[in-house]
Amino acid sequence: MFRNQYDSDVTVWSPQGRLHQVEYAMEAVKLGSATVGLKNKTHAVLVALKRASSELAAHQQKVIPIDEHIGIAISGLTADARILSRYMRTECLNHKYSHDSYLPVSRLISQLGNKMQVCTQRYDRRPFGVGLLVAGYDDQGPHIYQTCPSANYFDCKAMAIGARSQSARTYLEKHLDQLSSSSLEELIKHGLRALRDTLPNEVELSVKNVSIAYVGKGVPFTIVNETDTGKYLGMIEGEERRGGGGPPDRPAEPLRDDAGDQDQPPEPRPSVAMETE
Amino acid sequence: MTAEVNSYYPDYATETPKQFQFSPYADNGGSVVAIAGDDFVIIGADSRLSTGFAIYTRDQNKLFSLSKSTVLGCSGCWCDALTLTRILSARMQMYEQEHNKVMATPAVAQMLSTMLYYKRFFPYYVSNILAGLDTDGKGCVYSYDPIGHCEKATYKAGGSAGALLQPLLDNQIGLKNMQNVTPAPLTLEKALALLKDVFISAAERDIYTGDKVNINIITKDGIKEDTFELRKD
Amino acid sequence: MFSNNIVENSYDPFQMYKKKPETASPFNFVERSKAPVTTGTSVVAVCFKNGVIIAGDTLGSYGSLARFRNCPRIIKVNDNIILGAGGDYGDFQYVKDLIEQKVIDEQCLDDGFSLKPKSLYCWLTRIMYNRRSKFDPFWNNFVVGGLQDGVPFLGTVDKLGTAYCDKIVCTGYGAYIAIPLLRDAFEKNPNPTEQEARDLVVKCMEVLFYRDARSFPKFQLAVITKEGVSIEGPLDIKQNWEVAYVTQN
Repeated sequence: MFRNQYDSDVTVWSPQGRLHQVEYAMEAVKLGSATVGLKNKTHAVLVALKRASSELAAHQQKVIPIDEHIGIAISGLTADARILSRYMRTECLNHKYSHDSYLPVSRLISQLGNKMQVCTQRYDRRPFGVGLLVAGYDDQGPHIYQTCPSANYFDCKAMAIGARSQSARTYLEKHLDQLSSSSLEELIKHGLRALRDTLPNEVELSVKNVSIAYVGKGVPFTIVNETDTGKYLGMIEGEERRGGGGPPDRPAEPLRDDAGDQDQPPEPRPSVAMETE
Repeated sequence: MTAEVNSYYPDYATETPKQFQFSPYADNGGSVVAIAGDDFVIIGADSRLSTGFAIYTRDQNKLFSLSKSTVLGCSGCWCDALTLTRILSARMQMYEQEHNKVMATPAVAQMLSTMLYYKRFFPYYVSNILAGLDTDGKGCVYSYDPIGHCEKATYKAGGSAGALLQPLLDNQIGLKNMQNVTPAPLTLEKALALLKDVFISAAERDIYTGDKVNINIITKDGIKEDTFELRKD
Repeated sequence: MFSNNIVENSYDPFQMYKKKPETASPFNFVERSKAPVTTGTSVVAVCFKNGVIIAGDTLGSYGSLARFRNCPRIIKVNDNIILGAGGDYGDFQYVKDLIEQKVIDEQCLDDGFSLKPKSLYCWLTRIMYNRRSKFDPFWNNFVVGGLQDGVPFLGTVDKLGTAYCDKIVCTGYGAYIAIPLLRDAFEKNPNPTEQEARDLVVKCMEVLFYRDARSFPKFQLAVITKEGVSIEGPLDIKQNWEVAYVTQN
C-alpha cells in the first residue's frame, strides 16, 4: 500500500525534502505504550505503561537496565529495542573494562545515534522502529535523553513518548518548574500522574501495568519492585484525574503493543523526522 | 636476532652480551586463606605485592568482591590477576543482565574454571581461591590451579605460602592425624583466630607474605571487611 | 579495544594491491622487542597532601653510553593528569602519541568530560597487558599521577601490565635506592606538604645520581595540584665530589 510516490525506500527523497520511510518508522513509536522520563537535580526517573499482548500473556518488559548508571524505557518494537539495548550494554561494559569508570551518558547516546543513523541512509536497512527514553547519571548529573527511529536524539528535562503521550507531555510542561526542586518521591509521583493522563478513562494504573525505575547520585539504576510500586500508586490514588490535557494523538487504542488485526488500521500520520527549517 | 643477521655478515659478528629473554610472567607473591563454616565463610589475603627482593607496595588488596556473597582471592602473577578479575566481573554483569539474577557462588566457581581452562596453553599464572555462600546460605570454598582445575573444600590455603599453611589447616580444622578428638562445628570466632594465626606463621617463614591481612567475613548479611597487621620486614 | 579488533581482523579489499611482506630477507624477519634500546632510568613519584609530584632525569642511555642528554620523559596529559616513564624511549614516544591522540579525540567531542587519572591508569594496564600477551611488550614503566575528583592519585604500570597504586612509587633503580628513603620519610610524616614532598623527591634524585650509573644531573619535576600542572626543568642536581679526594690513597 503506497501512500506516496516517494516512500518506496528509505533512501528516496521526496521533492519536499522528506524521507517518508523514516517518518513512517517514527510512527512505530506511537504504537508502543506510553513511557515517561523526568529528572530533578539528583535523580532521573522512568515510568512506563506495560501492555500484555493478550489475556493469556504476561506484561511486556518496558524498562531495560543497561549498566549501573543507565537504564532505558522503550516504546515501539520490543525486538528492535533488544538489539539496541544489547549494543548499549556492550558499549558500557567495554568502557568499564578498559577505563574502570562508567561511560558518560552523552557519549553512549551519540554512539547509539551514529549506529541508528546508518539504517536511515542505506537501501538494505530499515530504521529501528523504537523510541527510547534513556535515564542516566554521570559526573554532570542526571540525564533524560530521547532517541527516535530517525536517529535524532534530544537531551530533555522531561519527556514522554508512545501512545497518547501528548497528554503526559502537557502535564510535564505544566509542572516543569516544580520538577527540578522536587524530591525523588515527588518526582516519581509526577511521573505516575503524567502517565495516568495518557490512559483512556476506563483504564487504571496498577502494579501490573506500571514500571517505575530510577537512578541517581550514589544510587544504581533500580527497577522498583511490585510492593513499592503499589506504595507509590497509593500516593496518587484518589487524586482527580485530568483525563488527557491535550488532544490525544489518535482515538483510544486497545492496551496492546502490536496493533493486532484491527479492522481499521490507523492511518499513519507522519510527523516531521528532521529539522527542515 | 643477532645470530640471524651475523650469519649474513660474519665480519660484523661480535661477542654480544646474552640478552634477557622476555618473560610474560612475574611472580608477585601473596597468600590467600579461606575457611568456610555452616553459615559463614571468611577469606583473607596478605597485602604485600612484591617481585624478587623488592616490595612494590605494602597495601595491595588481593580480595575481589564479585557479589554480595562471593569473594575471589588472587595471588601469583598480578597482571594476570588484574586481567582475570576484570573479565570475570564483566562476565558476571553479562550473566546478571541475561538472567535477571545475581550469579550464585557455585556458578561463579564453574565459570572461573572454564575461563582458566580457556587459556590452557597461555595460562593465567594465578592461584585463585573463591569463597562465598551457596544458594542455601552455606559457606563454601573453591580452589583452583592456574589452568582451571577446580576443587570444592571447606578450608584452603593458596599462594606463595600455600604449601606452608595447608598442613596447618589440615591439622587444626580438618583434625587430620589426631587421635581422640571430637569434631565440633567451626565457629566464626575460631575461624578468625585461626586465620590470623596462620598468617602470622606464614609471615615468619615466607618473604612474599607480610605487611597486613585483608579479611572478608561473608554472612547472609553481606560482606564485612577487617584488617590485621603483620610483620613488615 | 574490542572495536579495534574488528577492524584488524576484517577482510581487506585492498589486500591484493598491497606489497606482500617478504619473509626470506634478514631485514624482514618479524622481530619483537625482547630488549630495550635507548632507555630512561628511574622515575620517582610521591603523593602529598593535595597533589602529586613526579620526577625523572633527562638522560637517554644507549646501553652503558650516555647518548642523549635531553630526553624529557615527564609529560602533562591533560589538566588533571601527569605521566612519567622509564624504559625504552621509543616505546614511550609511541605510547605518548597514543595517549595524546586519545586526549585530542576526547577534546573534539567537547562534551565537558576529560580523562581521569584512574581511567588512564586502567587503560594503560590494558595496553601493556595486551602487548605482553602478544610477546611484543612496550618496554616501559609508566607512572600516572593526578587528581581523581580532587583526591591525589598515584599509580604505576609496568611492561607486563602489573599495576598498583601507592603514596610512593619509584621505578627502575629508584625501587631499590629511593623507595627505602621515601618509606622512611613517610613513616615519620605520612602527609607531607608540597614543599616537604618536593625536598624529598629532589633528595632522592640526588642520591640516585650518585648511585645509579645510568643517571644524569639534569631532571624534570612535575607537580600537579588543583591549581594545575607545572613541569619544571631541566633542573640541576647539586653535586659535591669533595669526598672523592678523601678516598684517594
